[in-house]
Amino acid sequence: MSEFLQQLLNGLSLGAIYALIALGYTMVYGVLRFINFAHSDVFMVGAYLGYYLGKLVPPGTLWGGLFVLFAAMIGCAGLGMLIERLAYRPLRGAATLNVLITAIGVSLLLEYSGQRFFGAAPRVFPPIFPERNFQLGALIISTNQLVVIGVAVLLMLGLQFIVYRTKIGTAMRAVSQNPKAAQLVGVNNDVVISFTFGLGSALAAAGGILYALNYPSIDPLMGVMPGLKAFVAAVLGGIGNIPGAALGGLILGTVETFIGGSQWSTYKDAIAFAILIIILLFRPAGLLGRFTAEKV
Amino acid sequence: MPKPTLALLSAFLFAFGVSLLSDRLDPYYLDVVIGVGINLILAVSLNLVNGYTGQFSLGHAGFMAVGAYFSAAISLFVAPAFIGPAGTSALSQGAFFLAALATGGICAASAGLLVGVPSLRLKGDYLALVTLGFGEIIRVLFQNIEKFGGALGLNRIPAYTTIFWVIAFLALTLFVVTCLVHSTYGRGFLATRDDEIASEAVGLNPTRYKIVAFVIGAFFAGIAGGLYGHFKLTITPTGFGFEKSIEIVVMVIMGGMGNTLGVILAAVLLTLLPELLRPIAEYRMIIYSLLLIVMMLARPQGLFNFKFGQTRS
Amino acid sequence: MPIARSSALLAGFAAALALTSCAPKKDTIRIGEFASLTGKEAAFGQSSHKGTLLAIEELNAAGGILGKSLELITEDNQSKAGESATIVKKLISRDKIVALLGEVASSRSLEAAPICQAAKIPQVSPSSTNPAVTETGDYIFRVCFIDPFQGVVMAKFAKDTLKVRKVAVLTSVSSAYSVGLAKYFKERFVADGGVIAVEQKYSEGDKDFKAQLTAIKASGIDGIFLPGYYTEAALVCKQAKDLGLTVPVFGGDGWEAPQLVEIGGAAVEGSYYSTHYSPENRSPAVTTFLAKFKQRWKNEVPDAMAALGYDSAMVLADAMKRAGTTEGAKVRDALAATKGYVGITGTTTLDASRNANKAAVVITVKNGQFKFVESVAP
Repeated sequence: MSEFLQQLLNGLSLGAIYALIALGYTMVYGVLRFINFAHSDVFMVGAYLGYYLGKLVPPGTLWGGLFVLFAAMIGCAGLGMLIERLAYRPLRGAATLNVLITAIGVSLLLEYSGQRFFGAAPRVFPPIFPERNFQLGALIISTNQLVVIGVAVLLMLGLQFIVYRTKIGTAMRAVSQNPKAAQLVGVNNDVVISFTFGLGSALAAAGGILYALNYPSIDPLMGVMPGLKAFVAAVLGGIGNIPGAALGGLILGTVETFIGGSQWSTYKDAIAFAILIIILLFRPAGLLGRFTAEKV
Repeated sequence: MPKPTLALLSAFLFAFGVSLLSDRLDPYYLDVVIGVGINLILAVSLNLVNGYTGQFSLGHAGFMAVGAYFSAAISLFVAPAFIGPAGTSALSQGAFFLAALATGGICAASAGLLVGVPSLRLKGDYLALVTLGFGEIIRVLFQNIEKFGGALGLNRIPAYTTIFWVIAFLALTLFVVTCLVHSTYGRGFLATRDDEIASEAVGLNPTRYKIVAFVIGAFFAGIAGGLYGHFKLTITPTGFGFEKSIEIVVMVIMGGMGNTLGVILAAVLLTLLPELLRPIAEYRMIIYSLLLIVMMLARPQGLFNFKFGQTRS
Repeated sequence: MPIARSSALLAGFAAALALTSCAPKKDTIRIGEFASLTGKEAAFGQSSHKGTLLAIEELNAAGGILGKSLELITEDNQSKAGESATIVKKLISRDKIVALLGEVASSRSLEAAPICQAAKIPQVSPSSTNPAVTETGDYIFRVCFIDPFQGVVMAKFAKDTLKVRKVAVLTSVSSAYSVGLAKYFKERFVADGGVIAVEQKYSEGDKDFKAQLTAIKASGIDGIFLPGYYTEAALVCKQAKDLGLTVPVFGGDGWEAPQLVEIGGAAVEGSYYSTHYSPENRSPAVTTFLAKFKQRWKNEVPDAMAALGYDSAMVLADAMKRAGTTEGAKVRDALAATKGYVGITGTTTLDASRNANKAAVVITVKNGQFKFVESVAP
């Protein structure tokens, strides 16, 4: 039983990070209907920003950690908006598959530039938050796990607030439902899309830093696997659906952890995909996505 | 004799002619040309699925892996029992190679059927993800099968792939795909892509078309895998990851989906580009990715798609 | 006429391709190197490359060999499967290299091996430890020991020195190195009466091992064998400590890197690994190597890959000197006759299977420093 609870906790903290990255995929998909392949590399850049900023603040303090977190989020928001402006906006209105290729190009560009300028060897991420382990019965909880879950929950609540309670959030939902109609009622689509990219990238940066905190070895290709998993999580929950991405991330993290601890650990990645396929076969629009029948 | 058949036969003759010259070609250039040829088979066969039938598949490398592993297994474990370990005529070697490739292709096609039947209910990005997932599952399975060498993969595969086989199979792929798409039956692929509901209304069966396209695409991906294995002589599961699938998809989209000539040009360009950029070493892939973005921004309808107004996704 | 234009473009590209190589200069000896300088395993490839380059520069500073200077031509394979075969063909046919150095990963050394064998170009791998590499043919050599030996060393060490009886094995399924080393360790450990209580797997690139470690903890073992690379090793040690698992963790030469301590911190204290050389070794050769390496590469501390990369170039140069020529067959014979070559990673003797026959050392981490524990002769 204690093993089960421990694994559940491990799974939830992993899932919280997947969920943060998945939110970025889902939001961009919501407004532009394309998979932003470069998202996982923004995640990587976020971790590196945290690495460099982390050297500036005293280690292991709460305010220092929060400063690094927010500074990296702002930096990546800028990067995300820049990418959108330079690489995606000129293709607005073109087939989404073309944007997809551009996104792959941006992703490769960030990865290889990272290897050139950050160095290919892994770096050690500084412990920017205070770190301690404490015991709860047979359960061992680290402060990092709590920080991850706590920050993720706060950011998701914040996102929910922005999307449903603010003007820009209403505009985002409008663009996501019908971009042309949104424009007709006075929404500036460019601003909204730019904002969406900024928001998604900021969440990716937060995910990157939380990931690096828990697994303090960062390298320019660190985004590839978590990015793929987060993408799976987004689709699992129903892509374009914000609570769906959170749910998908948590499910994937938990399932992966339980398989990882079982005798089937060799097949961990395969089983994660198999579950996704089975769920999609029965719910073709993901768990929370609404299936829309095509109109004739 | 009908024109396509004639073209196919002359391609075979051409392949034979080139293979006579291959000893005089520089091994590096020959290697690059064979690499281009294999990528062409992959891109043209994926174009049938992604371009002509409009199904977005991201699992082509998985089918390639199936073909590579099974044909290599035939050459490594089965063929020696019949032809002895060494010293056989070129003819029997060729026959066994053909058998190995066919086995690889058929295994890949079966995998395509297995994947296609359940997953083609899905559309667009969901289908893309499911095919990607299947590709990854195939990779993980090979990684765990001891008989197939596990993580180290298979090595010491006999070097059967020559320029002749590559050109011949490329010609065959082009022949089959072109004839299929231009046949009366094949119009159904385009109809499925253009409007699934309308095509259903006029009595076509889109699901069936999708599956046929998927299985044929997988078959040729398997052939390409077999050629690849007997060319590189070593195959590892990591070589068939989703990066490889994406590489092929980029070729298809950049060529202009459903435009065979464009896809051919794009595949040639995208295979040669990294080779050409070799002298600039560490900036090579940075420049490559920049070029990818610039090319796409400059020609969003596909780099080699010259029929304006026919662009689609 | 856009089609004609793009065909012309392609023809231009083809012409450019033909011009990318240049004819070798008469007075240099061209040595090829293929390495994973970018991509997933770039950290190892670059380390090894830095060692190799240092060796070539040193040889040239000392006047070259056979009266000629050496030219190292390095090509990057992006850590991708399939690339190595192409670039090795390029190195051989376009750059006219006389010998090839590389690679770290066994799977990529295996790609190059049949090509070198067919072209009769000697290949020296610095650190591919899988036995299959040199089995390809008699032109393929390596300057490191092989996994079966390393597995035996660690199995003996676990039983005799650590006195553990019941261990868990945590293997990376996507790495041939890890799978091989785990296999040889298990065989020996079980033959010696030990028990493998639980086996857990992960894949390259995984960063979370808490699931596997939680399961391992529940099985009540007294040691964890972790064949893998330093990043994973450090993270595993850290997460094991986080979960309150205090048994010793031990592994192989993939652990060898300064980053092990940087990432692992206090958690890697008291863990053990086998490797090719001891940084505590204060022999003049090692001391000067450390100093030169730091000077050449911005104060970087060389790891085992760098030391082996250095030794691979030196062993090759030594063989060329003894052969008195750079002709493939003669260099091959001289390489095969390498005996008692004293390098940075110990004394190298190449045996009949073209593998280095050399001692392994077991290292532990103490107060953030690598400390020598024992040396195990073959």
